[in-house]
This record gives sequence, structure tokens and C-alpha cells, in this order.
Amino acid sequence: MRKASWFNIGSLALGLAFLYLPIVILVIYSFNASRLVTVWGGWSTRWYAELIDDRAMLESAWVTLRIAFLSASAATVLGTLAAIALVRFDRFRGRVLFSGMIYAPLVMPEVIIGLALLLLFVAIDIDRGFWTIAIAHTTLITCFVTVVVQSRLLTFDTTLEEAAMNLGCPPVKTFLTVTLPLIAPALASGWMLAFTLSLDDLVVASFTTGPGATTLPIRIYSEVRLGVKPEINAACTILIALVAVGIVCASLLTKFHDVGRGGVAGLAAR
Amino acid sequence: MTRAITQRSWGERLIVLVPYLWLATFFLVPFLIVLKISLSHTAIAQPPYTPVFDPGAGWNALAQAVSMLSFENYALLGSDWLYLASYLKSLEIAGGSTLLLLLIGFPIAYGMARAPRHWQPVVFVLVVLPFWTSFLIRIYAWINILQRDGLLNQLLLALRIVDEPSAWLSTDTAVYIGIVYSYLPFMVLPIYATLEKMDETLLEAAADLGCPNWKAFWLVTLPLSRPGVIAGALLCFIPIVGEFVIPDLLGSSQTMMIGQTLWAEFFANRDWPVASAVAVVLLCLVVVPIVIYEQMQTRDLARRT
Repeated sequence: MRKASWFNIGSLALGLAFLYLPIVILVIYSFNASRLVTVWGGWSTRWYAELIDDRAMLESAWVTLRIAFLSASAATVLGTLAAIALVRFDRFRGRVLFSGMIYAPLVMPEVIIGLALLLLFVAIDIDRGFWTIAIAHTTLITCFVTVVVQSRLLTFDTTLEEAAMNLGCPPVKTFLTVTLPLIAPALASGWMLAFTLSLDDLVVASFTTGPGATTLPIRIYSEVRLGVKPEINAACTILIALVAVGIVCASLLTKFHDVGRGGVAGLAAR
Repeated sequence: MTRAITQRSWGERLIVLVPYLWLATFFLVPFLIVLKISLSHTAIAQPPYTPVFDPGAGWNALAQAVSMLSFENYALLGSDWLYLASYLKSLEIAGGSTLLLLLIGFPIAYGMARAPRHWQPVVFVLVVLPFWTSFLIRIYAWINILQRDGLLNQLLLALRIVDEPSAWLSTDTAVYIGIVYSYLPFMVLPIYATLEKMDETLLEAAADLGCPNWKAFWLVTLPLSRPGVIAGALLCFIPIVGEFVIPDLLGSSQTMMIGQTLWAEFFANRDWPVASAVAVVLLCLVVVPIVIYEQMQTRDLARRT
């Protein structure tokens, strides 16, 4: 039955071309010597050299990485706890509200989340900047970690935990020595997904930012609004390369397939 | 395994309580604040609105505050054509692009699911990989292609399909392209997940009974893929309604989508109460699909535990 028909191969090939072509073009044009982005002036790395001198851009990159690291780590803890609560505890007070709050941010338009969080920060009167973005991102990405970890917990063999407990292992130790190592790959891919989502976010960061905390997407966005620039092509290419390296590293740690699954399939796995 | 014990240890309570409190504080409460501010008066001050009530002031003050609630912001939304136009525009673009995504995404998902077994992980990763690169970068890449002297026009001119460069950027077409491009994995993967699990002997049975391929597809494959199609459509439709970045960078400035209107009210006009009212109405537009999506998720979780 599994014959790859020409129609199937064709639609797959076209789909993949559609997905990859714009990125490939962007990367190629980042090596364009000409300042006019549409005229090919030969190969050159001058835009990369100019980028290294761009202090503001580097500073934004550093802020963005720190926020992404912090919020991905916090979201992994919160998201894992939430996943355990959803999978293991059948009923508790307010479970409907709980699962509602978990799944809603997956699809909720970002402008609403951004505005709502900003108004909260104004209401409790805290200085906006690094920490408010980190809190906002943690809230935004926790649900993605939950979905990824949850799908791992659902296929989890609970007899292993029971065996440990029958042998007199206390619950906390069982969790640390049996459960945690077994769900670790899901935590890793959940963390990675959360990290990239935080790196990527423009809308929520724009609402919750303050003086001194201009993240990379905010900076790139303000440049892009003014038109295409070769430096931005170079910056984007570096980001793409970083993500690619990250995925390769993760694939060496876990199976490649798992990392992919941790991504969108976390949402789709059903 | 689930535990139905009502008496729980402190550790187990903490597992629920910590994420619960976090989400209640940073997800639920903010929405109540948005609701509150959407009902308050606009003021030229910092923050630019008159507070409706002070929670510390007790019941009398609360009762007084309720009587001061103002629906002027909502009245403004109803009376100004600009807002209605941008809500309609958002629904139109979200509906249209969800349909397009379905038409493009289904064949891709079908191709993935029908690919030989040993290819599937590779194809899967190839489809997911672009999703990991920045959203903003992917939209930016399209500006390179779609601008007036961009590659698309160069290609069309070289092939002599058009005589002079046409405007692609700042059109609805560009917005549709950007949205379809960004949301494609969200449509493909849920459909692929259901198609992959489909029992192929059903198709063999249909073929054995003399059913032609296209009819088997129509009568067997399509109905069985329904959960994936619905999930994919919801995963795309809901966020697209509130989309900001794509229409802002690729679209025209004439009719704005509602996400852009909210953004403009907030950042350009600094009118926080109206921005909040826009957000509340936007939430009303997406609340029904969100509830359907959540019920699907919960039912799915219950089925698998």
C-alpha cells in the first residue's frame, strides 16, 4: 500500500521548497557585497564585520539571551509541575479553570496577553524592563512546556514508580531518581522550545519592556520597518545558524526525532 | 494511573498550587484588569486613565465605583466605522488564510503520512525545522522577495510574465502569503498526526470491495482525518485573528487588522481604555473557538489517561 505516488512526492517537494526558499535567499543575500539589497554585487562578509561593531545590536542580543534563559528555565519548572498535576491528579478543586489557563495561552492572540500583562505591571507599580519581560515570557511559554511534558507522561510506565515505592523509596526520592530521569528528554525539548519562543517574541516583549531592555526582536523590528538592510540580513543569518547549531547539539543529546516532536508536534501530538 | 485520594500530602498540593498561583496572578488577574480599564475614562495622565476603584476602600466605595463604570469606550467602538472595519478585516483574513492553509497543508500532510516509513522522521524534521527559526526573520525574508525591486518581480520580468514590476508588498496578497508561510506547520502537523495513525487496512478493505481510490479517499481518509483538520484550523484561525506582525510588515496601512488597531491605540494614541476595550471585543471574537479547542484538548487528555 505504501507506494509514494507522484502526487504525494510533488506536494511534499513543493511544500518543502515553499518553506525553505525564502530562508535560503535571505542567507545568500547576507553575503551580498552590494549595499542595494536587490542587486547582486559578489560575495562578501562585510555586513558581518559591520555587525560586530554594532554595540547596540550586541547589547540587545545579550539581554535577549539572558531573558530567554531565565524564562525558559522558570517555565520548565512551572510547566512540568502543571503537566504532572494534569496527568496524575484526576480531580482537584478548580481543575477546569486550571486546564483552561494552561491551554488558553497556546492560541490566545499575543496582543491581548501583552496588553493584559502590561496593565498588571502598571497596576502593581513595578519598574518595567528586564524582569517584567522575563515574567511575561515565562507566563507565555509555560503552556508549551506543559504540552510537551504531558505527552511524555501519558506514555509513562507508572509501574516503575510503584516498584520503587514498594521497595520503601519515599515519594520525593522516587520522583528524583525514577521519574525525573525518564522524563528528562521531554524536559530538554520543552526547555529548548521555550527558549526559542522567548528569543522570538516581539509582541509581548514590546508591551512589557521598559528603558534599557531592548530585546533583539524589538530592535530588528524597528530596523525592518525602515526597510531591508544588508546588516539585518547578516544578523538574521547568525540567528538562523545559532538555532541550527542548537538543534544539532540537542539531536546529539537526544534522538533527532524527539527534538522535532518537542516542537510543534507537542501541540499536535494527539 | 490516576489517584482519587482526596487527602493529599503537602508535596502534592504544592505541585498543583505553584503553577496555579503563577497562572492566576499573571494570566487571569491581568484579564480582569483589562476589563476594568476598558470601563474607565480616558485621561491625559500617567497612567493615562482614571482608576475605577480602589480595592482597599471597602464595599461602599465598590458600589459607588460600579455606578461610575463607563461604557463610553465600547460606544466609541460601535460608532466609529474604523473599528468595525478592522474587526471584519481580521475575520476575513483569518477565515481566508485558514482555508488556504487547509488546501495547501492537507496535501503536504498526506504526502508525509504516505511517505515510506523510513523516510518519515526525516520529512517530519524537515517540516518542523523552519518553525525553529525566528518568526520575525521568516517574515523579513519575504520582504526581501516581495518588494518592488525584489526577487519575485525580477523573476516575473525575466520570464516576461509581466511587463513592469507590480506591487506585491503592502497588499492583502502579501499578508496571505506571510500568514500561510508562518502558520503552515500548525496546520500540517495535527493533520499528519491523525493521518499517520490511520488504520490502512481500511483502505485495503475499500479497494478489495472495488472502491476506486478517489472515492476511498473521500469516504474513508477524509472523515477519519477530521479531528486533525479541526485542531489545525483552530490552531491557525485563533492566533491569526489577533495577528499583528505579519499585517504590519507586509500589509497595507489602509485597512488595519484588529491587532494593529489595538497596537496603534496603545502605542501611538496612548489611549489605554480604548485599547483595552478593543482587546475585550477581540477576546469575545475568539472565545468560542478557544473553548472548543480547550474541550478538544481536555477530552483528548481524558482519553489518553
